[in-house]
Order: sequence, then C-alpha cells, then structure tokens
Amino acid sequence: MSLLVLYAHPASHRSRLNRRLLQEVADLPSVRVHDLYEEYPDFHIEVRREQALLLEHDTIVLQHPFYWYSVPALLKQWMDLVLKHGWAYGEGGTALRGKRWLTAVTTGGPEGAYQAEGLNRFTMRQLLAPIEQTAQLCGMPFLDPFITHGAHRLSDEALATQAKAYRQRLSSLLEGEQPATWARTSNEQR
Amino acid sequence: MNNDNLLYQAFVFLAAAVILVPIAKRLGLGSVLGYLIAGAVIGPFALGLMGDSGGHEVMHFAEFGVVMMLFVIGLELEPARLWRLRLPVLGVGGLQVVLTALAAGGVAMLFGLGVQMATAVGLIIAMSSTAIVMQTLGEKGWTNTEGGQNAFAALLFQDISVIPILAFLPLLATVTPPQGATAHEATVTLVSGLPGWAQTLIVLGAMVGVAVGGRFLVRPAFRAIAKTRLREVFTAAALLLVIGISLLMDQVGLSRALGAFLAGVVLAGSEYRHELEGDIAPFKGLLLGLFFIGVGASIDFHLIAAQPLLILALVALLVIVKLVVLLLLGRVFRMPLNQNFMFSFALAQGGEFAFVLFSLSTSQGILTAAVAGPLVVAVAVSMALSPLLMVAYERLIMPRFVSKRNEHRAADTPDDHNTVIIAGYGRFGQIVGRLLSANGISATVLEADSDQVDLLRRWGNKVFYGDASRLDLLTAAGANQAKVLVLALDSPQKNIEVVHTAKKHFPHLKLMGRAKGRIEAYDLLDAGVEDMQRETFESALRLGMLALRRLGFGAHQAERAVGIFRRHDESALRELAELRRSSDEKAYFSAARERSQMMSKVLQADIADKGDFHDPAWDVESLRTQVPS
Repeated sequence: MSLLVLYAHPASHRSRLNRRLLQEVADLPSVRVHDLYEEYPDFHIEVRREQALLLEHDTIVLQHPFYWYSVPALLKQWMDLVLKHGWAYGEGGTALRGKRWLTAVTTGGPEGAYQAEGLNRFTMRQLLAPIEQTAQLCGMPFLDPFITHGAHRLSDEALATQAKAYRQRLSSLLEGEQPATWARTSNEQR
Repeated sequence: MNNDNLLYQAFVFLAAAVILVPIAKRLGLGSVLGYLIAGAVIGPFALGLMGDSGGHEVMHFAEFGVVMMLFVIGLELEPARLWRLRLPVLGVGGLQVVLTALAAGGVAMLFGLGVQMATAVGLIIAMSSTAIVMQTLGEKGWTNTEGGQNAFAALLFQDISVIPILAFLPLLATVTPPQGATAHEATVTLVSGLPGWAQTLIVLGAMVGVAVGGRFLVRPAFRAIAKTRLREVFTAAALLLVIGISLLMDQVGLSRALGAFLAGVVLAGSEYRHELEGDIAPFKGLLLGLFFIGVGASIDFHLIAAQPLLILALVALLVIVKLVVLLLLGRVFRMPLNQNFMFSFALAQGGEFAFVLFSLSTSQGILTAAVAGPLVVAVAVSMALSPLLMVAYERLIMPRFVSKRNEHRAADTPDDHNTVIIAGYGRFGQIVGRLLSANGISATVLEADSDQVDLLRRWGNKVFYGDASRLDLLTAAGANQAKVLVLALDSPQKNIEVVHTAKKHFPHLKLMGRAKGRIEAYDLLDAGVEDMQRETFESALRLGMLALRRLGFGAHQAERAVGIFRRHDESALRELAELRRSSDEKAYFSAARERSQMMSKVLQADIADKGDFHDPAWDVESLRTQVPS
C-alpha cells in the first residue's frame, strides 16, 4: 500500500493545525507528501507529472483547509487540469478506478456550526458533496473524511490528540484497512 | 655572509614561520604558538640565526603588526558599538587591572619586595597580551562570544591604562638608576619639555585631531583614491594612514596602538571599511607573526636553565593569580560559567607592554635588574603558554558545556553581518537587494564602482566598496556567517572567479548567480551554481507575453503560454548544458562559433517540442462528443 498526500495551503507559514498534521504523517513509510503550493507557486501545474504521481499510489489524501465550503484555489485548479476527461472519467477514463480518496479537511467553525440549525445551515456531509461526487465520478471510493473543526480555537492538547489520530488513520489505511465509505444516516438523504 | 643584512633576516624569519606555523596549526596548537616556537628556535638561545643585532631591524617592523591589529579591531567597532561596550571596558577592564595589580603586588611583597617595587610589579603583571589573545580568539571564531567581548573590553582598558601607568611609574623609583640608562631610554617627543597641563592638552588635541581628520579628511581622500581604480595606491594610502598615525602618536607620547585603534573606530562607519580591512590584513598578519617570533626569540633560556625552579614558580604564580582574579570577575559580572572560563583562560598571561614597562622600570631605578630579569622571562613564558591554555580550555572545558553553548550564542550582541551578501550592485543586484529589503531582509553589498557606492550610501543603503572576487573582502563582509551570496557582477568572468573562491573557502554558502546569456548560464551550471537566472530571459518573456496579448491572446491564455515556454526552455537549457559538458565543444570552438552552434540547437529543441507548446487545459473537445444533447 502506498499513500499520496496532496497538501494544499496557500499560507502554510501561517498555519498551525495543517502544518502540524502534515508533520505528523510525513515520516510514515510509504507516504509521499506533495505540497502543491510549493510545487506550483505560479499555478502552472504539470499535468503529466501529476497524473504519473497519482498512478504510483493507491490511496490519495487531499489535505487542505475548508475555504468558502470548498478547496483552496490551487487544489481546484489541480482538479480542473489533472482529472481530465478521458483519463479520470468519461469514456476511457479509468486511470484512477479503485484508488481510495480521503479528504482531510480543517474548518474554522466548531462542529455545531455545521448543522441545519447552525451558522452554516448545512452539514459537512452536504457541503462536501461536490468533492464526494468528484471521487465518485472517477470511480474512487470516498472514505469517511478526516475532519478537524474549530482550527483557530484548538488547545495545544487537542491539537496533539488530533495529530495522533491523523497519524493513526493514515497508518491503518497503509496497513490495508478496508473502511466502509462514508455511511449515510437517514436524515442526511439527498 | 653579513648577518645583519635585512634580506637575510627576513629570510630566516619567514623560513622559520613557513616551516613551523603549519606544523603547529596541524597539531591543533594554533598559529600563535607556531610563531613563538619558531622564534625560540631561531633565537639567540637556540640556533642563533637572527644575526648580531638580534633581528632588531625586522623587530622594528614587527611592532607595526600590533598597531595594525588594533587598527583592524577598531575598523570592526563602530562608535555606537564601542559605546555599548563602555560598561565592560570600565567595569571589567578597570576592576581587572586594579584587582590583579593588588593581588600580584601582594604576592610580590611575600617575596620580600618593598611597597613601591611590589606596586610596580603588580601594575605591570596586570597587563595581558592583546596580540596573542585577539589573534587566538579570532582564529577560533570566539571574538563575538560573551567571553570574547569581555576579554576584548579588558584588553582595551589595559591599552588605555598604559598611558597613566607610564606616567605614574617614575614616581615609584627607589634605587639609583644605572649609569647612562635614562638618557638612552627616554624618547624625545614634541611634548617632553612642556608642563603637565600643556602635555594633556596636546594629547587630547591629537585624539580629537585623529577623530575629526578621519571623518572629514581621510574619507574624502579615500573616495578620490578609489576613483582612480588603482588598487596598489589604495593599499599604499591605507598603510600611509596607519604609519602616519603612529608617527603622530610617537610625537605626543601616546601609544601607537591606541592611536591606530582610534583611527579604526572613526573609519568603521565608512564605505571603505571592508576594503581597508582587506588591504591591511596581509600586512597585519605577517607583521604580527614576526612580532610573535620576536617574543619567542626573547625568551632567555640561559636564565631558565640557571634558575629553573624560580622561573617555574613565577610562571605558575603569574598564571594562577591572574586566573583567580579573572574567574572572580567573571562571577561578579555574571558571565555564564562557560564564557567565564573562556574569558579567564584567554587573559591569563603577561603582555607585550610588560617588556616595555619592565625595561622602563629598570632604567628609571624602580626595579633592580635582579627582580626584573626573572619576571621578564616569566612573562614571556606565560605568553608562550597562553595558546596552550586556550587549547586546554577548548578540549577539556568547553566540551562539557556543548549543549548550553548554543543558548549563549543566541544572546551574543548581534554583529552587523547580514545573512545575504550581494556582490555587484548595478542594474541587476539592486533589484535583488530592493526586493529583499522590501521583505525586511537587509544585505551586505559589495560594489566596485565608487560613484555608485557614494550614491547608494547617500540613500541609506549599506554598501561597501571593493572587488568581490577577493577572498579577504568576502571574509570581511561576513561570508563565514552569511547564508546566501548573490553573484550579480556585470563581468561573467568575475562572477565565476567569485564562485570558485566561495566554493573553496565558504562551502556552506548558497550561491545564486546572474548569467548574461546562455553560455554564461552553462558556465555557472558547470561551476555548480544551480540557482541562476539569465538576466534578459524573464523580461524578454514578459515583453513577448505583451506581444501575444496585442495579437489577440487573452491575458490568462498569454500568461499560460509563457509559463509553458519558460518550462520548456529551462529544461532545454539544462539538457544542453549537460551535452556541452560531455562533449569537447567548449575547447573546440570560439565563443562566437559556440553561440551560433548553440542557437541552432535551441531552435531544434523548440521544433522537437512543438507539440508541447499546445495548452490542452480546459479543452472540452472530447467532452462535447459525450454529453447528451
């Protein structure tokens, strides 16, 4: 098993949580960290190189902060250019079929804000639907996402616990864990 | 052969140094000990190669080594930094002289000397050797540590206190001076016939003169000389300055070293500081070496052989008394233990001033020859032992503090060495420098055009005059501490020269190079400079992008086209550099021929990659056929 972490944070130097999470897993064996903003500061993504990288790994982790209910701009650019029609989806687009997709996302708001009655009015489940569907279209099982809420208010202890949990999660994925894809509860039906 | 021939003497001195110093250095003993041993070997008590006059002519020059060393030390101490040192100089330095004089004087009284003689001995013993200490600290890179700074402060105070001590000593005379000695020793100066108040005024006047002259006369003079671009004249001017100040100081009865130090401080803020430092450094090093040889040669082995136990006891007492006082002072001034040890071990020896003061004391009837003789030998031996003490500190004591050392280092007074050096501050280097400075990073700049230096300094930039391909100048600019060296010189050959110098002497430096064109880019890559940029490439691409836009490309489309082309060209550049390296083209073709050869290869590569210039991003052609209408 090998795992590719696609890390996308436009201001990694300001990040406390994401950087820590990344550090925690960077030394795991068979994990390759690919820092998109470091690789492509000018947004000129090398599509063939990225596709080759994807082919080399069987689990793809997209680690990023949750910006306007979505991914940071460069990761969106990456999706637009790398996940090409005829390669990742559509006719003949089977390159990624069967590879597992794990979204590891951090949010500023607390968990309670992501509820029907909360500030954001929708659940994470609902807000992540476009990403889940992207994985789906590529034939990639969308794993139970690794979500960290309340990034700005996290205590040092909570940060350490969360980092350990992240490492644990990726380790078990590397060991061949076959988790069910994100299960739906009845009140979350589309 | 005439033994007193200057050339012959120089030959003996240099041969001894060239043979013995590298050996000492190799054994980890440092250069100072090497010179001292060389001196002892060629001295009158061993091989006796120094000629009948005992190498007096060469020694005369050698004294300038100490003067030049203080000039260079002064150059590194801007007045503001000197002002920050006032507490250590007056506190540490003052207490060191007073306490050591009291302690050493007390011990002297135990040996049965009278109060006057004991006072004289104490004051003389309180001096340490500026030359040995500063050279050793510099060699080990400890000058800017807390211990090193305090040691320097104490030495500075000692150098200043020699003047009042010289005036005070004659008052301690108890025995009739030996016949004829007084007339021989007393130097005739401008001020010797004048009353005390007039002497004081003249001395103060001379100091103010050096300070004012340095600022308003010497700096413009150097500027004018720099404009002639004659390097040897600049060197001559630097030497002239040091020698001139020495003469002036002799005339008013001040220490030459102190005058040179003052001149150095005045010029510390000037744009020619690094160049001056670089010009004086070889003379300083060589003459200081000769000076140490002289000290080694002056060790009287006959006296040691005659009274070995007495000399041994005196040396031990001298070193121990000084060590105890210094350690105590270190505690009082709250130096961290490790730094305190460095400070104390550095200063626990007699100094070169002791020789002068002892000979003055004997001639003025303050000390008898029977007292002064063994003490002179003890001081010389303690000076020779001093580098060994530092080696002992480095090997036995310092390792115990290694884990703590870094904390202390962080607390050191920040010196003015920047982490970035920009060589060449013309059209290219300036842009790099401005970008860095806009992001809060200041760079040390080396520029060889004196008009440019003036202009930039007027606008508050930190720019130094000099040729960056010189090792001494790079060292003076702080290449040992810097992280990045930007090669932005106009001349490609010079840039490559700097690369070679830097790679050899500062392997830790990250080099970044400006290349004129492709050939120069290949040369930089060959020399191992991976971070390099062709000076016209980016701007030509941007203009090309504007052309694409005028021709109807969208802004983002043009931007992407440029990005794709840039990537293609850069990878082609590296491939062609590799090809050129493996073939012998460099050797076969003239530069012009190579340029045209290369251009056809580049065009070839463009054609071969033609397909890659097409941008397939957001191409929906294949989708269109699939989407149900």
